[in-house]
Amino acid sequence: MADITQLEAFVTQVRRDIVRQVHKVNSGHPGGSLGCAEFLVALYQQVLKRKEGFNMDGDQEDIFFLSNGHISPVFYSVLARSGYFPVEELNTFRLLNSRLQGHPTTHEGLPGIRIASGSLGQGISVAIGAAAAKKLNNDKHLVYALCGDGELQEGQNWEAIMYGAGNKVDNLIVAVDLNGQQIDGSTDTVLPLGNVKGKFEAFGWEVVTIEKGNDIQAILEGMETAKTKTGQGKPICVLLQTVMGNGVDFMMHTHAWHGKAPNDEQLASALAQNPETLGDY
Amino acid sequence: MKIYTDTGKKDTRSGFGAGLTELGKTNENVVALCADLTGSLKMDAFKENHPQRFFQVGIAEANMMGMAAGLTIGGKIPFTGTFANFSTGRVYDQIRQSIAYSGKNVKICASHAGVTLGEDGATHQILEDIGLMKMLPSMTVINTCDYNQTKAATIALADHNGPVYLRFGRPKVANFTPENGTFTIGKAIELQEGTDVTIIATGHLVWEALEACKTLQEQGISAGVINIHTIKPLDAAAILKSVAITGCVVTAEEHNYLGGLGESVSRILAENNPVPQEFVATKDTFGESGTPDQLMDKYGLNAAAIVKAATKVVARK
Repeated sequence: MADITQLEAFVTQVRRDIVRQVHKVNSGHPGGSLGCAEFLVALYQQVLKRKEGFNMDGDQEDIFFLSNGHISPVFYSVLARSGYFPVEELNTFRLLNSRLQGHPTTHEGLPGIRIASGSLGQGISVAIGAAAAKKLNNDKHLVYALCGDGELQEGQNWEAIMYGAGNKVDNLIVAVDLNGQQIDGSTDTVLPLGNVKGKFEAFGWEVVTIEKGNDIQAILEGMETAKTKTGQGKPICVLLQTVMGNGVDFMMHTHAWHGKAPNDEQLASALAQNPETLGDY
Repeated sequence: MKIYTDTGKKDTRSGFGAGLTELGKTNENVVALCADLTGSLKMDAFKENHPQRFFQVGIAEANMMGMAAGLTIGGKIPFTGTFANFSTGRVYDQIRQSIAYSGKNVKICASHAGVTLGEDGATHQILEDIGLMKMLPSMTVINTCDYNQTKAATIALADHNGPVYLRFGRPKVANFTPENGTFTIGKAIELQEGTDVTIIATGHLVWEALEACKTLQEQGISAGVINIHTIKPLDAAAILKSVAITGCVVTAEEHNYLGGLGESVSRILAENNPVPQEFVATKDTFGESGTPDQLMDKYGLNAAAIVKAATKVVARK
Protein backbone atom coordinates (compact mmCIF):
# COMPACT_ATOMS: atom_id res chain seq x y z
CA MET A 1 0.00 0.00 0.00
CA ALA A 2 1.35 3.36 -0.98
CA ASP A 3 2.19 5.94 1.61
CA ILE A 4 0.03 8.81 0.42
CA THR A 5 1.64 11.36 2.74
CA GLN A 6 5.05 10.51 1.39
CA LEU A 7 3.87 10.82 -2.22
CA GLU A 8 2.23 14.16 -1.45
CA ALA A 9 5.50 15.40 0.01
CA PHE A 10 7.20 14.26 -3.18
CA VAL A 11 4.67 16.27 -5.20
CA THR A 12 5.32 19.39 -3.13
CA GLN A 13 9.02 19.16 -3.92
CA VAL A 14 8.27 18.59 -7.61
CA ARG A 15 6.18 21.79 -7.61
CA ARG A 16 9.16 23.68 -6.21
CA ASP A 17 11.37 22.17 -8.91
CA ILE A 18 8.92 23.22 -11.61
CA VAL A 19 8.63 26.87 -10.65
CA ARG A 20 12.34 27.18 -9.89
CA GLN A 21 13.37 25.73 -13.25
CA VAL A 22 11.04 27.99 -15.17
CA HIS A 23 11.86 31.08 -13.12
CA LYS A 24 15.61 30.70 -13.57
CA VAL A 25 15.52 30.87 -17.37
CA ASN A 26 12.39 33.00 -17.56
CA SER A 27 10.78 30.53 -19.93
CA GLY A 28 9.00 27.19 -19.96
CA HIS A 29 5.57 25.82 -19.15
CA PRO A 30 4.59 25.78 -15.47
CA GLY A 31 0.78 25.51 -15.77
CA GLY A 32 0.43 22.08 -17.33
CA SER A 33 3.47 20.87 -15.39
CA LEU A 34 1.86 21.66 -12.06
CA GLY A 35 -1.42 20.12 -13.19
CA CYS A 36 0.27 16.79 -13.92
CA ALA A 37 2.63 16.68 -10.93
CA GLU A 38 0.49 14.26 -8.90
CA PHE A 39 -0.03 11.99 -11.91
CA LEU A 40 3.63 11.72 -12.85
CA VAL A 41 4.71 11.22 -9.25
CA ALA A 42 2.13 8.47 -8.80
CA LEU A 43 3.18 6.93 -12.10
CA TYR A 44 6.92 6.83 -11.46
CA GLN A 45 6.79 6.17 -7.73
CA GLN A 46 3.99 3.63 -7.66
CA VAL A 47 2.34 2.59 -10.91
CA LEU A 48 5.15 1.79 -13.35
CA LYS A 49 6.99 -1.48 -12.96
CA ARG A 50 10.43 -0.09 -13.66
CA LYS A 51 13.86 -1.62 -13.77
CA GLU A 52 16.93 -0.10 -12.19
CA GLY A 53 18.77 2.28 -14.54
CA PHE A 54 17.79 3.20 -18.04
CA ASN A 55 17.68 1.06 -21.12
CA MET A 56 16.24 2.52 -24.33
CA ASP A 57 14.44 -0.67 -25.33
CA GLY A 58 12.66 -0.92 -21.97
CA ASP A 59 12.68 -4.69 -22.19
CA GLN A 60 10.71 -6.42 -19.41
CA GLU A 61 9.57 -3.18 -17.78
CA ASP A 62 6.68 -0.73 -18.14
CA ILE A 63 7.55 2.28 -20.26
CA PHE A 64 6.08 5.76 -20.50
CA PHE A 65 5.90 8.36 -23.28
CA LEU A 66 5.17 12.03 -22.71
CA SER A 67 3.37 13.33 -25.78
CA ASN A 68 2.76 16.88 -24.53
CA GLY A 69 6.47 17.57 -24.27
CA HIS A 70 6.07 21.18 -23.16
CA ILE A 71 5.42 20.01 -19.61
CA SER A 72 9.10 19.06 -19.48
CA PRO A 73 9.68 20.79 -16.09
CA VAL A 74 7.53 18.23 -14.26
CA PHE A 75 8.90 15.35 -16.35
CA TYR A 76 12.51 16.33 -15.63
CA SER A 77 11.84 16.79 -11.93
CA VAL A 78 10.11 13.43 -11.56
CA LEU A 79 12.73 11.61 -13.65
CA ALA A 80 15.60 13.14 -11.68
CA ARG A 81 14.00 12.41 -8.33
CA SER A 82 13.20 8.86 -9.48
CA GLY A 83 16.91 8.26 -10.06
CA TYR A 84 17.36 8.64 -13.82
CA PHE A 85 19.88 11.50 -13.60
CA PRO A 86 21.33 13.78 -10.91
CA VAL A 87 18.82 16.18 -9.38
CA GLU A 88 21.42 18.99 -9.63
CA GLU A 89 21.08 18.78 -13.41
CA LEU A 90 17.68 20.51 -13.07
CA ASN A 91 19.85 23.64 -12.76
CA THR A 92 20.62 23.36 -16.48
CA PHE A 93 17.01 23.41 -17.71
CA ARG A 94 16.86 25.18 -21.08
CA LEU A 95 20.48 26.34 -20.88
CA LEU A 96 22.99 26.07 -23.69
CA ASN A 97 24.67 22.63 -23.90
CA SER A 98 22.16 21.10 -21.50
CA ARG A 99 20.62 17.65 -21.73
CA LEU A 100 17.42 19.26 -20.40
CA GLN A 101 16.23 20.87 -23.61
CA GLY A 102 13.13 23.05 -23.70
CA HIS A 103 11.22 20.01 -24.86
CA PRO A 104 12.33 16.45 -24.02
CA THR A 105 14.63 14.72 -26.46
CA THR A 106 16.71 11.59 -26.82
CA HIS A 107 19.20 13.63 -28.84
CA GLU A 108 21.34 14.66 -25.88
CA GLY A 109 21.13 11.24 -24.26
CA LEU A 110 19.13 12.17 -21.16
CA PRO A 111 18.25 8.93 -19.33
CA GLY A 112 14.53 8.35 -19.02
CA ILE A 113 13.59 9.88 -22.39
CA ARG A 114 12.71 7.48 -25.20
CA ILE A 115 11.33 9.87 -27.82
CA ALA A 116 11.47 13.56 -28.62
CA SER A 117 8.18 15.34 -28.09
CA GLY A 118 6.97 18.91 -28.28
CA SER A 119 5.47 19.03 -31.73
CA LEU A 120 2.11 17.77 -30.58
CA GLY A 121 0.03 14.76 -31.51
CA GLN A 122 2.74 12.15 -32.03
CA GLY A 123 2.97 10.33 -28.70
CA ILE A 124 0.06 7.92 -29.00
CA SER A 125 1.39 6.62 -32.32
CA VAL A 126 4.83 6.06 -30.81
CA ALA A 127 3.30 4.34 -27.78
CA ILE A 128 1.31 2.03 -30.05
CA GLY A 129 4.50 1.09 -31.89
CA ALA A 130 6.28 0.36 -28.63
CA ALA A 131 3.27 -1.66 -27.43
CA ALA A 132 3.41 -3.69 -30.66
CA ALA A 133 7.11 -4.33 -30.11
CA LYS A 134 6.36 -5.58 -26.58
CA LYS A 135 3.84 -8.05 -27.96
CA LEU A 136 6.31 -9.30 -30.58
CA ASN A 137 8.91 -9.70 -27.83
CA ASN A 138 6.42 -11.54 -25.63
CA ASP A 139 7.00 -8.86 -22.98
CA LYS A 140 3.89 -8.67 -20.78
CA HIS A 141 4.67 -5.21 -19.40
CA LEU A 142 2.58 -2.19 -20.26
CA VAL A 143 3.10 0.99 -22.25
CA TYR A 144 1.79 4.27 -20.83
CA ALA A 145 1.45 7.67 -22.47
CA LEU A 146 0.23 11.10 -21.44
CA CYS A 147 -1.12 13.73 -23.79
CA GLY A 148 -2.82 17.06 -23.33
CA ASP A 149 -6.47 17.71 -24.06
CA GLY A 150 -5.81 20.59 -26.45
CA GLU A 151 -3.35 18.24 -28.13
CA LEU A 152 -6.28 16.06 -29.22
CA GLN A 153 -6.99 18.72 -31.83
CA GLU A 154 -4.08 17.25 -33.82
CA GLY A 155 -5.46 14.79 -36.38
CA GLN A 156 -2.70 12.21 -35.99
CA ASN A 157 -4.15 11.28 -32.58
CA TRP A 158 -7.33 10.07 -34.20
CA GLU A 159 -5.41 7.98 -36.72
CA ALA A 160 -3.66 6.37 -33.76
CA ILE A 161 -6.84 6.03 -31.70
CA MET A 162 -8.55 4.29 -34.63
CA TYR A 163 -5.57 1.98 -35.10
CA GLY A 164 -5.32 1.13 -31.39
CA ALA A 165 -8.89 -0.07 -31.18
CA GLY A 166 -8.95 -1.75 -34.57
CA ASN A 167 -5.85 -3.75 -33.79
CA LYS A 168 -6.63 -4.56 -30.16
CA VAL A 169 -3.62 -2.79 -28.68
CA ASP A 170 -4.62 -3.81 -25.16
CA ASN A 171 -1.24 -3.36 -23.45
CA LEU A 172 -1.52 0.41 -23.69
CA ILE A 173 -2.85 3.01 -21.24
CA VAL A 174 -3.12 6.56 -22.57
CA ALA A 175 -3.90 9.30 -20.08
CA VAL A 176 -5.38 12.57 -21.30
CA ASP A 177 -4.77 15.64 -19.15
CA LEU A 178 -8.22 17.18 -19.18
CA ASN A 179 -7.54 20.64 -17.81
CA GLY A 180 -9.71 22.42 -20.34
CA GLN A 181 -7.04 25.01 -21.15
CA GLN A 182 -4.71 25.74 -24.03
CA ILE A 183 -2.51 28.66 -25.09
CA ASP A 184 -5.20 30.93 -26.52
CA GLY A 185 -7.83 30.20 -23.88
CA SER A 186 -10.15 27.42 -22.79
CA THR A 187 -10.44 24.41 -25.08
CA ASP A 188 -14.12 25.28 -25.39
CA THR A 189 -13.36 28.67 -26.86
CA VAL A 190 -10.39 27.66 -29.04
CA LEU A 191 -11.76 24.46 -30.60
CA PRO A 192 -14.31 22.54 -28.52
CA LEU A 193 -13.31 18.93 -27.90
CA GLY A 194 -16.90 17.90 -27.32
CA ASN A 195 -17.49 14.66 -25.47
CA VAL A 196 -13.97 13.25 -25.15
CA LYS A 197 -15.15 10.15 -23.28
CA GLY A 198 -17.80 9.50 -25.90
CA LYS A 199 -15.29 9.97 -28.70
CA PHE A 200 -12.81 7.44 -27.26
CA GLU A 201 -15.62 4.99 -26.58
CA ALA A 202 -17.00 5.42 -30.06
CA PHE A 203 -13.56 4.59 -31.45
CA GLY A 204 -13.58 1.41 -29.36
CA TRP A 205 -11.45 2.28 -26.34
CA GLU A 206 -12.13 1.44 -22.72
CA VAL A 207 -12.35 4.70 -20.76
CA VAL A 208 -11.56 5.22 -17.08
CA THR A 209 -12.26 8.66 -15.63
CA ILE A 210 -10.29 10.07 -12.72
CA GLU A 211 -12.35 13.01 -11.58
CA LYS A 212 -9.88 14.09 -8.92
CA GLY A 213 -6.81 14.17 -11.14
CA ASN A 214 -4.79 16.09 -8.57
CA ASP A 215 -5.52 13.64 -5.75
CA ILE A 216 -2.87 10.96 -5.32
CA GLN A 217 -5.27 8.42 -3.83
CA ALA A 218 -7.77 8.93 -6.66
CA ILE A 219 -5.02 8.63 -9.26
CA LEU A 220 -3.69 5.40 -7.77
CA GLU A 221 -7.18 3.90 -7.63
CA GLY A 222 -7.98 5.01 -11.17
CA MET A 223 -4.74 3.63 -12.58
CA GLU A 224 -5.29 0.35 -10.75
CA THR A 225 -8.70 0.13 -12.40
CA ALA A 226 -7.11 0.95 -15.76
CA LYS A 227 -4.55 -1.83 -15.30
CA THR A 228 -7.25 -4.40 -14.60
CA LYS A 229 -8.81 -3.56 -17.97
CA THR A 230 -5.65 -4.29 -19.98
CA GLY A 231 -5.28 -7.55 -21.88
CA GLN A 232 -8.94 -7.65 -22.85
CA GLY A 233 -8.78 -6.61 -26.49
CA LYS A 234 -9.09 -2.85 -26.03
CA PRO A 235 -6.67 0.01 -25.42
CA ILE A 236 -7.37 2.01 -22.27
CA CYS A 237 -7.91 5.76 -22.06
CA VAL A 238 -7.67 7.47 -18.67
CA LEU A 239 -9.39 10.80 -18.55
CA LEU A 240 -7.51 12.73 -15.91
CA GLN A 241 -9.42 15.80 -14.80
CA THR A 242 -6.81 18.22 -13.51
CA VAL A 243 -6.48 21.86 -12.61
CA MET A 244 -3.83 23.69 -14.60
CA GLY A 245 -1.34 25.34 -12.25
CA ASN A 246 -2.45 23.18 -9.33
CA GLY A 247 -0.72 23.92 -6.01
CA VAL A 248 0.21 27.52 -6.77
CA ASP A 249 -2.89 29.60 -6.12
CA PHE A 250 -2.33 32.41 -8.60
CA MET A 251 -1.58 29.94 -11.42
CA MET A 252 -4.73 27.87 -10.95
CA HIS A 253 -7.87 27.79 -13.11
CA THR A 254 -6.43 29.88 -15.93
CA HIS A 255 -4.56 29.39 -19.19
CA ALA A 256 -2.43 32.45 -18.40
CA TRP A 257 0.42 30.34 -16.97
CA HIS A 258 0.56 27.85 -19.81
CA GLY A 259 3.90 29.14 -21.03
CA LYS A 260 4.87 31.98 -18.73
CA ALA A 261 7.52 32.15 -16.03
CA PRO A 262 6.95 33.70 -12.58
CA ASN A 263 8.92 36.79 -11.56
CA ASP A 264 10.93 36.92 -8.32
CA GLU A 265 7.96 37.92 -6.19
CA GLN A 266 5.69 35.33 -7.73
CA LEU A 267 8.37 32.66 -7.27
CA ALA A 268 8.64 33.53 -3.59
CA SER A 269 4.89 33.20 -3.21
CA ALA A 270 4.82 29.87 -5.07
CA LEU A 271 7.64 28.48 -2.92
CA ALA A 272 6.01 29.71 0.28
CA GLN A 273 2.92 27.73 -0.64
CA ASN A 274 5.07 24.61 -1.16
CA PRO A 275 7.65 24.22 1.59
CA GLU A 276 10.76 22.17 0.87
CA THR A 277 10.29 18.44 1.55
CA LEU A 278 12.99 16.38 -0.17
CA GLY A 279 15.58 19.13 -0.47
CA ASP A 280 15.98 21.64 -3.29
CA TYR A 281 18.49 20.88 -6.04
CA MET B 1 33.94 1.67 -72.77
CA LYS B 2 32.32 -0.96 -70.60
CA ILE B 3 29.26 -2.73 -71.94
CA TYR B 4 26.18 -2.97 -69.73
CA THR B 5 23.37 -5.31 -70.68
CA ASP B 6 19.72 -4.93 -69.79
CA THR B 7 18.78 -8.41 -68.57
CA GLY B 8 15.09 -7.63 -68.89
CA LYS B 9 13.03 -4.68 -67.75
CA LYS B 10 11.83 -4.79 -64.16
CA ASP B 11 10.40 -2.27 -61.71
CA THR B 12 12.58 -1.06 -58.85
CA ARG B 13 9.67 -1.47 -56.41
CA SER B 14 9.76 -5.21 -57.10
CA GLY B 15 13.42 -5.11 -56.12
CA PHE B 16 12.33 -3.61 -52.81
CA GLY B 17 9.71 -6.32 -52.38
CA ALA B 18 12.24 -9.05 -53.11
CA GLY B 19 14.75 -7.56 -50.69
CA LEU B 20 12.13 -7.25 -47.96
CA THR B 21 11.02 -10.84 -48.54
CA GLU B 22 14.57 -12.03 -48.08
CA LEU B 23 15.08 -9.90 -44.96
CA GLY B 24 11.92 -11.39 -43.52
CA LYS B 25 13.53 -14.80 -43.64
CA THR B 26 16.98 -13.81 -42.43
CA ASN B 27 16.33 -11.12 -39.80
CA GLU B 28 13.56 -11.67 -37.29
CA ASN B 29 13.77 -8.09 -36.05
CA VAL B 30 12.65 -6.70 -39.40
CA VAL B 31 9.03 -5.54 -39.34
CA ALA B 32 7.06 -3.84 -42.09
CA LEU B 33 4.32 -1.22 -42.04
CA CYS B 34 2.18 -0.24 -44.99
CA ALA B 35 -0.46 2.44 -45.53
CA ASP B 36 -2.92 0.60 -47.76
CA LEU B 37 -0.53 0.07 -50.68
CA THR B 38 0.72 -3.45 -50.05
CA GLY B 39 0.39 -4.54 -53.67
CA SER B 40 1.88 -1.36 -55.11
CA LEU B 41 4.89 -1.65 -52.79
CA LYS B 42 5.26 -5.39 -53.46
CA MET B 43 5.05 -6.19 -49.76
CA ASP B 44 2.58 -9.09 -50.21
CA ALA B 45 5.12 -11.87 -49.74
CA PHE B 46 6.43 -10.38 -46.49
CA LYS B 47 2.86 -9.97 -45.27
CA GLU B 48 2.02 -13.57 -46.12
CA ASN B 49 5.21 -15.03 -44.64
CA HIS B 50 5.17 -12.97 -41.44
CA PRO B 51 1.66 -11.78 -40.59
CA GLN B 52 2.70 -10.95 -37.01
CA ARG B 53 5.49 -8.69 -38.23
CA PHE B 54 3.40 -6.87 -40.82
CA PHE B 55 1.34 -3.84 -39.78
CA GLN B 56 -1.43 -2.65 -42.07
CA VAL B 57 -2.02 0.88 -40.79
CA GLY B 58 -4.61 2.03 -43.30
CA ILE B 59 -4.57 5.43 -44.97
CA ALA B 60 -2.90 7.04 -41.98
CA GLU B 61 0.72 7.78 -42.78
CA ALA B 62 1.39 10.06 -39.81
CA ASN B 63 0.43 7.29 -37.42
CA MET B 64 2.56 4.87 -39.43
CA MET B 65 5.69 6.98 -38.97
CA GLY B 66 5.05 7.36 -35.24
CA MET B 67 4.41 3.64 -34.85
CA ALA B 68 7.60 2.86 -36.74
CA ALA B 69 9.54 5.06 -34.31
CA GLY B 70 7.89 3.26 -31.39
CA LEU B 71 8.66 -0.19 -32.79
CA THR B 72 12.39 0.57 -32.69
CA ILE B 73 12.00 0.84 -28.91
CA GLY B 74 12.11 -2.88 -28.32
CA GLY B 75 14.71 -3.56 -30.97
CA LYS B 76 12.63 -3.86 -34.11
CA ILE B 77 13.85 -2.62 -37.51
CA PRO B 78 10.77 -1.10 -39.16
CA PHE B 79 10.45 -0.65 -42.92
CA THR B 80 7.57 1.67 -43.85
CA GLY B 81 6.04 1.45 -47.29
CA THR B 82 3.94 3.94 -49.22
CA PHE B 83 4.32 6.28 -52.19
CA ALA B 84 7.17 8.80 -52.04
CA ASN B 85 4.73 11.69 -51.76
CA PHE B 86 3.06 10.21 -48.68
CA SER B 87 6.40 9.03 -47.28
CA THR B 88 7.83 12.52 -47.06
CA GLY B 89 5.83 15.71 -47.54
CA ARG B 90 2.72 14.39 -45.88
CA VAL B 91 4.58 13.25 -42.78
CA TYR B 92 7.55 15.59 -42.62
CA ASP B 93 7.10 16.65 -39.02
CA GLN B 94 6.53 13.08 -37.83
CA ILE B 95 9.77 12.02 -39.52
CA ARG B 96 11.58 15.06 -38.25
CA GLN B 97 10.68 14.75 -34.56
CA SER B 98 9.82 11.11 -33.90
CA ILE B 99 12.39 9.53 -36.26
CA ALA B 100 15.29 11.80 -37.25
CA TYR B 101 15.67 13.98 -34.14
CA SER B 102 14.89 10.99 -31.94
CA GLY B 103 17.56 8.96 -33.77
CA LYS B 104 15.27 6.02 -34.52
CA ASN B 105 16.31 3.15 -36.75
CA VAL B 106 13.44 3.47 -39.24
CA LYS B 107 13.72 2.68 -42.95
CA ILE B 108 11.35 4.89 -44.95
CA CYS B 109 10.80 3.06 -48.22
CA ALA B 110 9.16 5.13 -50.91
CA SER B 111 7.84 3.97 -54.25
CA HIS B 112 6.34 5.84 -57.20
CA ALA B 113 8.81 8.71 -56.88
CA GLY B 114 9.04 11.29 -59.64
CA VAL B 115 7.16 11.77 -62.90
CA THR B 116 7.48 8.09 -63.91
CA LEU B 117 4.51 7.40 -61.63
CA GLY B 118 2.74 8.46 -64.82
CA GLU B 119 -0.95 8.87 -65.41
CA ASP B 120 -2.00 9.66 -61.83
CA GLY B 121 -0.49 13.09 -62.33
CA ALA B 122 1.15 15.76 -60.23
CA THR B 123 -0.76 15.11 -56.99
CA HIS B 124 1.21 11.87 -56.67
CA GLN B 125 4.43 12.71 -58.53
CA ILE B 126 6.68 14.14 -55.87
CA LEU B 127 9.78 15.87 -57.23
CA GLU B 128 10.84 17.45 -53.94
CA ASP B 129 11.36 14.42 -51.69
CA ILE B 130 15.14 14.14 -52.01
CA GLY B 131 15.46 17.73 -50.88
CA LEU B 132 13.06 17.28 -47.99
CA MET B 133 14.86 14.21 -46.73
CA LYS B 134 18.46 15.28 -47.28
CA MET B 135 17.89 18.41 -45.22
CA LEU B 136 17.07 16.36 -42.13
CA PRO B 137 20.12 15.91 -39.90
CA SER B 138 21.07 12.22 -39.52
CA MET B 139 18.93 11.06 -42.46
CA THR B 140 20.60 8.88 -45.09
CA VAL B 141 19.11 9.31 -48.58
CA ILE B 142 19.30 6.57 -51.22
CA ASN B 143 17.85 6.51 -54.75
CA THR B 144 18.45 3.21 -56.51
CA CYS B 145 18.66 2.72 -60.27
CA ASP B 146 17.30 -0.75 -61.06
CA TYR B 147 15.72 -3.89 -59.68
CA ASN B 148 18.95 -5.58 -58.62
CA GLN B 149 20.34 -2.52 -56.90
CA THR B 150 17.08 -1.81 -55.09
CA LYS B 151 16.99 -5.37 -53.78
CA ALA B 152 20.59 -5.16 -52.62
CA ALA B 153 20.03 -1.75 -51.00
CA THR B 154 16.94 -2.97 -49.14
CA ILE B 155 18.89 -5.87 -47.69
CA ALA B 156 21.80 -3.60 -46.75
CA LEU B 157 19.53 -1.22 -44.83
CA ALA B 158 18.86 -3.77 -42.11
CA ASP B 159 22.54 -3.73 -41.14
CA HIS B 160 22.74 0.06 -41.06
CA ASN B 161 21.80 1.67 -37.75
CA GLY B 162 19.94 4.94 -38.30
CA PRO B 163 17.10 6.50 -40.26
CA VAL B 164 17.19 6.01 -44.02
CA TYR B 165 15.05 7.26 -46.90
CA LEU B 166 15.05 4.72 -49.76
CA ARG B 167 13.54 6.06 -52.98
CA PHE B 168 12.46 3.92 -55.91
CA GLY B 169 9.81 3.88 -58.61
CA ARG B 170 6.90 2.38 -60.43
CA PRO B 171 7.83 1.66 -64.07
CA LYS B 172 9.70 -1.28 -65.51
CA VAL B 173 13.19 -0.10 -66.43
CA ALA B 174 16.44 -1.67 -67.59
CA ASN B 175 17.95 -4.09 -65.08
CA PHE B 176 21.70 -4.02 -65.56
CA THR B 177 23.54 -4.02 -62.24
CA PRO B 178 24.89 -7.36 -60.93
CA GLU B 179 22.39 -9.85 -59.57
CA ASN B 180 22.78 -10.38 -55.82
CA GLY B 181 25.46 -7.70 -55.71
CA THR B 182 26.57 -6.08 -52.47
CA PHE B 183 25.41 -2.58 -51.69
CA THR B 184 27.61 -0.17 -49.78
CA ILE B 185 25.78 2.89 -48.46
CA GLY B 186 27.61 6.07 -49.39
CA LYS B 187 29.97 4.47 -51.92
CA ALA B 188 29.49 5.73 -55.46
CA ILE B 189 29.93 3.34 -58.38
CA GLU B 190 31.96 4.46 -61.37
CA LEU B 191 30.25 2.82 -64.34
CA GLN B 192 32.32 4.44 -67.10
CA GLU B 193 35.63 6.19 -67.03
CA GLY B 194 35.78 9.36 -69.14
CA THR B 195 38.09 12.26 -69.87
CA ASP B 196 35.83 15.02 -71.20
CA VAL B 197 32.80 15.17 -68.91
CA THR B 198 31.55 13.49 -65.72
CA ILE B 199 27.90 12.44 -65.70
CA ILE B 200 26.66 11.96 -62.16
CA ALA B 201 23.29 10.23 -62.18
CA THR B 202 20.88 8.73 -59.69
CA GLY B 203 17.79 6.50 -59.90
CA HIS B 204 16.15 5.95 -63.27
CA LEU B 205 18.58 8.41 -64.89
CA VAL B 206 21.59 6.09 -64.43
CA TRP B 207 20.61 3.85 -67.36
CA GLU B 208 19.86 6.96 -69.41
CA ALA B 209 23.36 8.24 -68.58
CA LEU B 210 24.88 4.99 -69.90
CA GLU B 211 22.87 5.34 -73.11
CA ALA B 212 23.97 8.99 -73.39
CA CYS B 213 27.57 7.90 -72.90
CA LYS B 214 27.38 5.76 -76.06
CA THR B 215 25.97 8.61 -78.15
CA LEU B 216 28.56 11.02 -76.81
CA GLN B 217 31.35 8.63 -77.75
CA GLU B 218 30.04 8.60 -81.32
CA GLN B 219 30.34 12.39 -81.20
CA GLY B 220 33.91 12.17 -79.95
CA ILE B 221 33.14 13.09 -76.34
CA SER B 222 34.51 10.77 -73.65
CA ALA B 223 32.02 10.72 -70.77
CA GLY B 224 32.51 9.22 -67.34
CA VAL B 225 29.38 7.93 -65.61
CA ILE B 226 29.00 7.73 -61.85
CA ASN B 227 26.04 5.97 -60.25
CA ILE B 228 25.31 8.01 -57.15
CA HIS B 229 22.82 5.76 -55.38
CA THR B 230 23.48 7.47 -52.05
CA ILE B 231 22.75 11.18 -52.20
CA LYS B 232 23.48 11.62 -48.52
CA PRO B 233 26.15 11.05 -47.41
CA LEU B 234 27.53 12.00 -50.81
CA ASP B 235 30.72 10.30 -52.03
CA ALA B 236 32.70 13.50 -52.58
CA ALA B 237 35.96 11.63 -53.20
CA ALA B 238 34.55 9.70 -56.17
CA ILE B 239 33.09 12.86 -57.67
CA LEU B 240 36.25 14.92 -57.26
CA LYS B 241 38.47 12.14 -58.59
CA SER B 242 36.56 12.04 -61.87
CA VAL B 243 36.12 15.81 -62.10
CA ALA B 244 39.88 16.32 -61.68
CA ILE B 245 40.22 14.54 -65.04
CA THR B 246 37.16 15.82 -66.92
CA GLY B 247 36.79 19.37 -65.61
CA CYS B 248 32.99 19.54 -66.01
CA VAL B 249 29.84 17.86 -64.74
CA VAL B 250 26.32 16.91 -65.72
CA THR B 251 24.05 15.81 -62.90
CA ALA B 252 20.97 13.80 -63.78
CA GLU B 253 18.00 13.04 -61.56
CA GLU B 254 14.23 12.61 -61.68
CA HIS B 255 13.72 15.45 -59.21
CA ASN B 256 13.51 19.20 -58.99
CA TYR B 257 16.86 20.88 -59.57
CA LEU B 258 16.16 22.87 -56.41
CA GLY B 259 17.14 20.66 -53.51
CA GLY B 260 18.17 17.59 -55.44
CA LEU B 261 21.36 15.67 -56.21
CA GLY B 262 22.60 18.43 -58.49
CA GLU B 263 22.72 21.02 -55.73
CA SER B 264 24.55 18.62 -53.43
CA VAL B 265 27.15 18.08 -56.15
CA SER B 266 27.39 21.85 -56.69
CA ARG B 267 28.31 22.31 -53.05
CA ILE B 268 31.09 19.73 -53.28
CA LEU B 269 32.40 21.44 -56.43
CA ALA B 270 32.16 24.95 -54.98
CA GLU B 271 34.10 23.91 -51.91
CA ASN B 272 36.79 21.93 -53.74
CA ASN B 273 37.01 22.35 -57.49
CA PRO B 274 34.60 24.83 -59.10
CA VAL B 275 33.91 23.64 -62.63
CA PRO B 276 30.98 24.11 -65.03
CA GLN B 277 27.89 22.03 -64.25
CA GLU B 278 24.62 21.42 -66.10
CA PHE B 279 21.49 20.07 -64.47
CA VAL B 280 19.29 17.38 -65.98
CA ALA B 281 16.32 17.66 -63.64
CA THR B 282 12.88 19.21 -63.52
CA LYS B 283 13.07 22.97 -63.36
CA ASP B 284 10.92 24.06 -60.43
CA THR B 285 7.71 22.64 -61.83
CA PHE B 286 5.00 20.13 -61.00
CA GLY B 287 4.50 17.09 -63.22
CA GLU B 288 1.33 16.05 -65.06
CA SER B 289 -0.51 13.02 -66.44
CA GLY B 290 1.07 10.99 -69.23
CA THR B 291 3.03 7.81 -69.80
CA PRO B 292 6.41 7.61 -68.07
CA ASP B 293 8.28 7.83 -71.38
CA GLN B 294 6.24 10.83 -72.53
CA LEU B 295 6.87 12.61 -69.24
CA MET B 296 10.59 11.85 -69.14
CA ASP B 297 10.82 13.25 -72.65
CA LYS B 298 8.71 16.34 -72.01
CA TYR B 299 10.57 17.22 -68.80
CA GLY B 300 14.00 16.57 -70.28
CA LEU B 301 14.90 13.54 -68.18
CA ASN B 302 16.35 11.05 -70.66
CA ALA B 303 19.49 10.12 -72.60
CA ALA B 304 18.85 12.79 -75.23
CA ALA B 305 18.65 15.50 -72.56
CA ILE B 306 21.88 14.25 -70.97
CA VAL B 307 23.67 14.31 -74.34
CA LYS B 308 22.51 17.88 -74.88
CA ALA B 309 23.63 18.96 -71.40
CA ALA B 310 27.00 17.22 -71.81
CA THR B 311 27.68 18.89 -75.12
CA LYS B 312 26.80 22.24 -73.62
CA VAL B 313 28.92 21.84 -70.49
CA VAL B 314 31.97 20.65 -72.44
CA ALA B 315 31.76 23.82 -74.52
CA ARG B 316 31.69 25.91 -71.32
CA LYS B 317 35.06 24.63 -70.09
